[in-house]
Amino acid sequence: MAAAYPSARVVLDERDVARALTRISHEILERNRGAADLVLLGIPTRGVPLAARLAARIVQVEGTAVPYGSLDATMYRDDLRLRPARALEHTDIPHAGVDGRTVVLVDDVLFSGRTIRAALDALSDLGRPRAVRLAVLVDRGHRELPIRADFVGKNLPTSLSEEVRVSVAEIDGCDEVLITPGSSDSSAVRSAL
Amino acid sequence: MRRHLLSAADLSRDDATLVLDTAEEMRTLADRPIKKLPALRGRTVVNLFFEDSTRTRISFEAAAKRLSADVINFAAGGSSVSKGESLKDTALTLQAMGADAIVVRHHSSGAAHRLAAAEWTRGSIVNAGDGTHEHPTQALLDAFTMRRHLGDLAGRRVTIVGDVLHSRVARSNALLLTTLGAEVTLVGPPTLLPFGVAGWPVETSYDLDAAIVKSDAVMMLRVQRERMNAAFFPSAREYSRRYGLDARRMGLLPEHTLVLHPGPMNRGMEISADVADSARSVIVEQVSNGVAVRMAVLYLLLSGVTVPAGISIDASSEAGGAA
Repeated sequence: MAAAYPSARVVLDERDVARALTRISHEILERNRGAADLVLLGIPTRGVPLAARLAARIVQVEGTAVPYGSLDATMYRDDLRLRPARALEHTDIPHAGVDGRTVVLVDDVLFSGRTIRAALDALSDLGRPRAVRLAVLVDRGHRELPIRADFVGKNLPTSLSEEVRVSVAEIDGCDEVLITPGSSDSSAVRSAL
Repeated sequence: MRRHLLSAADLSRDDATLVLDTAEEMRTLADRPIKKLPALRGRTVVNLFFEDSTRTRISFEAAAKRLSADVINFAAGGSSVSKGESLKDTALTLQAMGADAIVVRHHSSGAAHRLAAAEWTRGSIVNAGDGTHEHPTQALLDAFTMRRHLGDLAGRRVTIVGDVLHSRVARSNALLLTTLGAEVTLVGPPTLLPFGVAGWPVETSYDLDAAIVKSDAVMMLRVQRERMNAAFFPSAREYSRRYGLDARRMGLLPEHTLVLHPGPMNRGMEISADVADSARSVIVEQVSNGVAVRMAVLYLLLSGVTVPAGISIDASSEAGGAA
């Protein structure tokens, strides 16, 4: 992966990602005082496998299965009118629903906070959780809304021109977080959104 | 997606697949406590219907409302059209009211195309049936329904039976299904197959029994008596015998074959009541899928900036830093 971006810098490798996820899963359990009434919802695309991995770790630690799924917030975004129509991602809410439960939203990178704002709106149309928490693998700063993460894998100070690229094994074939200096190719600017 | 949806032929295989995939997500909305999405908040969708319709108009209305658009229903019967207002003046009026999309059904073939090409309005035009020409959203919902039961439609055999001559549903389906890789056979009396059908990408047959035994889906068309000003077949009874789907013919179908009908049905004419109500009939499901498919079409045409024809969907992942 790093070879594809010659000037990229690896900030988290496979083992760092594994350790961060293990720590986050313990923090979630600690904060929730166990696994009761937890629901993990990943935000597509890369939040979804991360949520599944957190759920697997929680089972290992606690012995109880935690429902997990995915929550697509595309239709709730505030930039729908500004950009061409986007394809929708899959939303998959566990059968138990979200009413009265503690929902942990899981995403790979926390940046402007706008995706999380949209996800909170999407979530409120699905039910009324008792509480909503946010777990992210990387917090790169530059928030544009009053939103913060409860569980962070790594705080990563970045400049606005840099890009943060998260790869997860389920989608990209390896676990890795890279920082690359910005590129002018707009299709590659994932992080600028 | 382009700005308008006028013909099933406008859709490439990728476009059509995108609409069907989007509709798949829209369909899950029906199971949620709040059946509403905010995507088209503040947009206005006008249903401009010059011809009677129940399910299509209601379906578009439900689709637009579930996406939070404002809906204005305009039925020509109760409007200035009955005083002689032209299509152009009606369109200019709707433009002045700020319509972002006009869903148009008209008794003349080409009406939707005229509306779109003349640029009387800035909004998107969606063809909801023009004369005997096309009805693309019906074809999309038929393909969606078949895909849910049969999986990928490539290589699947679909037989469309009956009054093809007057059927906009048949034309749109033939175009869309072949785009999606299915093999389409049209079956009907020679008088009800359109002139020039040899140029369509389909096979034709006059023998229903031979065609249906190898079909994955059979679509029965309504005999459109209101468009018939000549005798196309000797009697209703003879038509029903030769081209109607009854319990005996249903027995010839392979185990997995679906029965579709775009509605409204003439029970006892092209389809018998026991077939229409049988387990392999997906006719009611077609109606509920219609809402999901029309939501997908309105969403893809209307959300986002107005992009010139040709450019389209940003399907690229932006997860790398999107939070």
